[in-house]
Amino acid sequence: MGNAIFSKGVVGLYAYIIRRMLMLIPVLIGMSIITFSIVHAIPGDPTKVILGDKATPEQVALVKENLGLDKPWYTQYFQYMKGVLTGDLGTSLITKRPISEEIRPFLAATFELSMVAMLFAFIFGINLGVLSAWRHNSWLDYGTMIIALIGVSIPVFWLGLMELWFFAQYLDLLPSYGRVDPRLGFVGITNFYLLDSILYGDVTYLKDVIMHLILPAIALGTIPMAIIARMTRSSMLEVMHSDYIRTARAKGLSEFWVIYKHTLKNAFMPILTVVGLQMGLLLGGAVLTETIFSWPGVGSYIYNAIHARDYPVIQSGILVLATIFVCINLLVDLLYGWIDPRIQYEKE
Amino acid sequence: MTTPTTTRAIMGKQFLSHRSAMIGAMIVTLFLLLAISAPLITPYDYTERSPDLLTAPSAQHWFGTDEMGRDIFTRVIYGTRISLWVGFFAISGSILVGSLLGLIAGYYGGIRDTFISRLFDILLAFPSILLAISIVAMLGPGLNHALLAIAIINIPTFGRLMRARVISVKTEDYIAAARAIGMKDARIIMRHILPNSWTPILVQGTLGFATAVIEAAALGFLGLGAEPPAPEWGTMLSDARQYIQLAPWTMIFPGVAIMLTVLGFNLLGDGLRDIYDPKMKV
Repeated sequence: MGNAIFSKGVVGLYAYIIRRMLMLIPVLIGMSIITFSIVHAIPGDPTKVILGDKATPEQVALVKENLGLDKPWYTQYFQYMKGVLTGDLGTSLITKRPISEEIRPFLAATFELSMVAMLFAFIFGINLGVLSAWRHNSWLDYGTMIIALIGVSIPVFWLGLMELWFFAQYLDLLPSYGRVDPRLGFVGITNFYLLDSILYGDVTYLKDVIMHLILPAIALGTIPMAIIARMTRSSMLEVMHSDYIRTARAKGLSEFWVIYKHTLKNAFMPILTVVGLQMGLLLGGAVLTETIFSWPGVGSYIYNAIHARDYPVIQSGILVLATIFVCINLLVDLLYGWIDPRIQYEKE
Repeated sequence: MTTPTTTRAIMGKQFLSHRSAMIGAMIVTLFLLLAISAPLITPYDYTERSPDLLTAPSAQHWFGTDEMGRDIFTRVIYGTRISLWVGFFAISGSILVGSLLGLIAGYYGGIRDTFISRLFDILLAFPSILLAISIVAMLGPGLNHALLAIAIINIPTFGRLMRARVISVKTEDYIAAARAIGMKDARIIMRHILPNSWTPILVQGTLGFATAVIEAAALGFLGLGAEPPAPEWGTMLSDARQYIQLAPWTMIFPGVAIMLTVLGFNLLGDGLRDIYDPKMKV
């Protein structure tokens, strides 16, 4: 692993990382212009859109001043950028609190949910894909592929609603909203509740936190799971017919060893690409999933802001999620070089 | 080399024997027919209220009634019109604008390519639903704004595809020959580049249709799409949320409709890709 890094020299890798980061600059500027426009380029009178028709002149003046809408647009943009670069994401119109502070626990909640959903998607997706490739053209293969096909066609918010209805309300097996039962009086330390409950060393907390995670994580993870399963299957099928797999079998290696060690390892590159791409889908899907399960993440934060017309929150929430998305994409790109040494850093 | 007519005949035959493509085509056709014949097959008007609120599916109301006593079957069928309409116009818009930009970037290269490619990068830097939310938040909620947002977020997909296609076609000998005999750019593009680039766009367009239907429903669900009393599937789900325990049918049927439509377009798109573009096969 990573032979290319050493053979091309560490310099090549660093040059690649730096070039990749430089390429991010125009993208980040473009992104900031789009999010800036959410508040500042509303057609007509932004204050009217934000406050509704019944606003008093005082309220209008206050919002105008608060958002700097009375200044020319380029001044507004530079003020906005100055704020963003110094970590000032503006102030919520509803709570009047700084968004950069307010968003932290929401961000942790979204992160926790996304990670668990990805874990679910990864474990089940890969194993379903392996299973169907291993028993190619069997009922198991067809069954898995039908599940995968439905998985890519189901709207995440509807899946969430159906889960909520069936598992939380009809069967009453799992909690339907929030991150933890409020009656437990759980107080977070890091805002990552899974970690917190482990830090407390309390099994009741941990169990409750996990129970709350199951439904939203499955809803959010199903589409990526289906896509990973399809990719794993086709990637495995390609590798399985190669000579060295036949050799491995001929050596008398156990089937499990052949599949998981030899085939999966060599089929992994396209799977990783898909996993990386799915992270973005996950962040987008989180917005929808969180609203259904009242999961207090950035998605719910944005959703509530949409309904309260809290434009600065919509703006900053989206900027934060998009920035995370861009960073994840960068990381995935860099990871490729580590996993597949054949990737040339010099080339684009 | 085969002549175009026989190639087409072979592909037609492949299509007919491709199971998932056929199932997809059947589902899509079914929904098209439902959309066209909505007034003929629905027993009520989609805004008509009956005194029976939230009643379970029965002989009078096949899919039950919603919180205002409206017939859910009627609303789901009329919803087909909205979803197909949004899908068609949004994706047509994305294809038109995306292809044009991709064509310019790929054919002319240079600064135009850099500028357009960076623009695509920026649009792709957002998880797509978030970009759609941003656009609708800016323009204000409503079906037309949602349609516009969906068209915009899908532009880079088609743009990049077209660009890649144009770049590969551009180096072919017959393009050099066309140039050598003094053919103008516009004519080369119309006569040679476009006819050789449309298949992947068609395949991606079918798959994009599926995405557009989901995106429209998602925006409707978030309260950013079609406004009441329009029978849009996502908006219906959003209204049904509060009655989830009392009347699960209010959310089961619109959801199934979304899923089937999306499934149909996905199957059709996957099938078309297998037939027209075997190299892209997943």
